Amino acid sequence: MFMPSTFPSTLPWRIAAGPLLYYWSRQETFDFYAAMSCMPVDIVYLGETVCSRRHELRDADWLELAAMLRKSGKSVVLSTRTLIETSAEAAAVRRLCAQDEYAVEAGETGAVGLRKGRPFVAGPHLNVYNGEALNWLQQQGATRFVAPLEMNRDTLTQLIAERPADMEVEAMVWGRMPLAFSARCFTARHFRLHKDDCGFRCKEHPDGLALRTRESQDFLAINGVQTQSAACLDLLDETQALARIGVNVMRVSPQSQGSFHAIMALDALRHGRAATPVALPPGMGRCNGYWHAKPGIALVEGET
Amino acid sequence: MQPSSRTIELVAPAGSLAALKIALQAGADAVYLGLQNATNARNFSGLNFSEAHLRSGVELAHHMGRKVLFAINTFPQAGRVAEWRAAVDVAHSLEADAVIIADPGLLAYARDRYPDMRLHLSVQSSATHADAIEFMREQFGIRRAVLPRVLTLAEIEKLIRQTSVEIEVFGFGSLCVMAEGRCLLSSYATGESPNSHGVCSPAHAVRWHDQDGHLEARLNDILIDRYAPGEPAAYPTLCKGRFAAGIDRSTDADMADHALEEPTSLNALSLLPRLLGMGVSALKIEGRQRSPAYVGQVTATLRAALDSAQADPARFAARPEWQFSLSRHAEGSQVTQGAFERPWK
Repeated sequence: MFMPSTFPSTLPWRIAAGPLLYYWSRQETFDFYAAMSCMPVDIVYLGETVCSRRHELRDADWLELAAMLRKSGKSVVLSTRTLIETSAEAAAVRRLCAQDEYAVEAGETGAVGLRKGRPFVAGPHLNVYNGEALNWLQQQGATRFVAPLEMNRDTLTQLIAERPADMEVEAMVWGRMPLAFSARCFTARHFRLHKDDCGFRCKEHPDGLALRTRESQDFLAINGVQTQSAACLDLLDETQALARIGVNVMRVSPQSQGSFHAIMALDALRHGRAATPVALPPGMGRCNGYWHAKPGIALVEGET
Repeated sequence: MQPSSRTIELVAPAGSLAALKIALQAGADAVYLGLQNATNARNFSGLNFSEAHLRSGVELAHHMGRKVLFAINTFPQAGRVAEWRAAVDVAHSLEADAVIIADPGLLAYARDRYPDMRLHLSVQSSATHADAIEFMREQFGIRRAVLPRVLTLAEIEKLIRQTSVEIEVFGFGSLCVMAEGRCLLSSYATGESPNSHGVCSPAHAVRWHDQDGHLEARLNDILIDRYAPGEPAAYPTLCKGRFAAGIDRSTDADMADHALEEPTSLNALSLLPRLLGMGVSALKIEGRQRSPAYVGQVTATLRAALDSAQADPARFAARPEWQFSLSRHAEGSQVTQGAFERPWK
């Protein structure tokens, strides 16, 4: 039975692990979530949201992970796919939205409707930019929304001011940002493969495959049909400001390295302790431009 | 001869009053347009309609028995919702035949304020399957949905059987490789995106620079492409740039290629009988930012082709002169049927 997680009122925010956006092996994925179960994380989003061809974990495996994490005291949310292209994918969304064992994160409009008024989390790609849209989502059952990645401090402050009462706010604070979705698979394209015969090459790139400009500036990262920022979003220095404007949940998006450090940093910060620096996967830079009302790729240092 | 009992509405882009007039003369059943502000997804300087031009445009279209569809299809920004509502008010007062909206908050406003107004679900709302589209119909009474350019013909056909909402698809124009409404690449590079500002790779962020005979195209200082002498250069839309991947950084300048998308145009001309047969209601031409000449020629060509397909779908053949006329307006030199046929699959 889905139970709204209890919010320890003494702490300024809860910590969430967003859905794993990459294609890791079954063993790596199970190991990752076994470690996650020992982390000071409150909410764990589970499921394959990017590509329905990925099959290392079947539904039953995700449910096994969900049960394990719940037993460890985590609030588990099952995430639906973001871009629905086939009837098979639509059927999967229908199945996921029909269950009430676990909470659901709606990745797109179809999932919102399929909840039929039962609680859900409105995912980051639903394009919620104003309070009227939030009112409507609440009428459909949304209890929390994940802010669009491109919002800045002022626009997010305004959006939170316009939100209906009792609507919780989640913001992504760490990880490569999922910026775009396509019908085409860019990883397959890179290896000159067809999408339907892709060889699952994205498994070789646990953090996606970075794209650089012709003068070697890190720019984007391709992850199958998803395009991400090459730089890792890092708002760990801004968490107090995020909490002040009303963000209840800070989301870490899993990377092959650093995710647990980021979670521990968020935990230290919410207990008023200093956070230790977070080591990023080799070669990955940082960015925080959106928050500072600059291009997302920008990195503004030294402000709090 | 077996004329089709079905017809497809030809929807042409109008970035200006001149383009609107030429589109109607060329045989568009409807034109779509937007105001001169961030409320629509082609918020480019020098483009779109003042209220006076809107008034004469709508009058002309209605006089000719055609329709005007108002695109109010960006996402109202918190604290500024009034601007988007005002655009809906203008559309209603000018007797627009429909408004094209993506945001559920704005759809709710239009439904409550103007229950008689015809609502089209914008491509920017990324509704790609029947559950999503039927849900929006139940919620807002939408009469038509514009499909993102991500579905195959087979999936579109299935979808049409599962919904009473009219389906509009893109038939010609520049191709967004990303799903509409699901792309923040532009704001990542420049701070402005289709969702928030109605722009992609905005012109004010573009810099052209000659570097030892090589032309460099930059977007907010990010090198999108570099062209050898004599190589044709394209506008630096960032997903169409050349980028390098892999471990070796030393070869980036030479190994870079079109990692996301080559400049290509969508052309569904030869698919018209199938679109007709499966019950597609409207065919949209992309390009409110393009010239009136583009609008006129592409509209006239597709008008002729649609008339031919409707007159006798079984014997329809895309005539060489139609393909030639359209290819002159294709971006880059390549033309594709895009997601409809999935050559990359």
